[in-house]
Amino acid sequence: MKARTLSMWCALAWAFAGPALAQSQEMVPSVSRGQQLVESRCFGCHSVDSNRIGPALGGVVGRKAGKAEGHDYSKALAAATHTWTVAGLKAWLTDPEKVVPGQEMNYRLDLAQDREDVVAYLATLSKPARP
Amino acid sequence: MTNVIQSSASRRGFLGRTGTLSAVAVAMLAGKESMAQGMGGDTSKDVSILNVALGLEHEAINAYQLGAGSGLLQKPVLDVAVRFQADHKAHRDALIATIQKLGGTPVMEKKLDEYAKALKADTLRNQGDVLDLAARLELGAINAYLGVIPAFGNKDLAKVAGRLAADETMHYILLNNAMGRPLPAGALSFGA
Repeated sequence: MKARTLSMWCALAWAFAGPALAQSQEMVPSVSRGQQLVESRCFGCHSVDSNRIGPALGGVVGRKAGKAEGHDYSKALAAATHTWTVAGLKAWLTDPEKVVPGQEMNYRLDLAQDREDVVAYLATLSKPARP
Repeated sequence: MTNVIQSSASRRGFLGRTGTLSAVAVAMLAGKESMAQGMGGDTSKDVSILNVALGLEHEAINAYQLGAGSGLLQKPVLDVAVRFQADHKAHRDALIATIQKLGGTPVMEKKLDEYAKALKADTLRNQGDVLDLAARLELGAINAYLGVIPAFGNKDLAKVAGRLAADETMHYILLNNAMGRPLPAGALSFGA
């Protein structure tokens, strides 16, 4: 009887802990998946080493927002004073308007795992020699 | 650079037809009075999204110009590229008219050289390179248009983004076909 009760509690514990564990496992960032996502979702407007519709993505982590050399930003982003961090980019990709009201990207990644992966990949990109 | 679109009578005839298409597109997208009437309040966000779309169309037009002017495309691929460029010009015209109708200022087209630099046109060596670049840009545009649909405040404009994405999807699939590439592996591959 004791063993049966124990197994029932174990099952219950797993039922509650399982999703949390699965979620924490999902949140491990994948650089390779991030690269795939950037290529499919971001390369419409961005390149790694060229300014196009949006600024070059190379070196974005650690770069002052709205200050990529040679890129013509929106007024809102040009006036930004923050520096892009991993956390800041995740917030940006969650809701860019919330981070910089008046921005013009208007593109967001709805899934937290996608943001984790994309930002993990972006963090691997170094600053382009000549944007 | 020679403007290939104006290099033959047949293409001039084709342009004449697409000019008509462009006017129709403008009428359908921008001239729709009910659309304008349904746009109360602040439309600045929608204008900014449309301007990003216009930037994509400017880039696509110039990319096809670079490809067509490179001398690397042979018929009938060249004709297809010119046709796709005409589609992007129709998109451009419709977007400009819509932005203006909303009281916005359309983003300006850059110089061809600037697009050439950003797109690394100097690395294009053969027809396959040109088609690959075009396909990548079309895929990027598809995903960009699909991605901004939820951001539009006006449903009619969201529909416009969907229609633009549909045209780019047609381009992308045909370009892939021209390169002998397979269809997307499964359903729901775009926008994901």
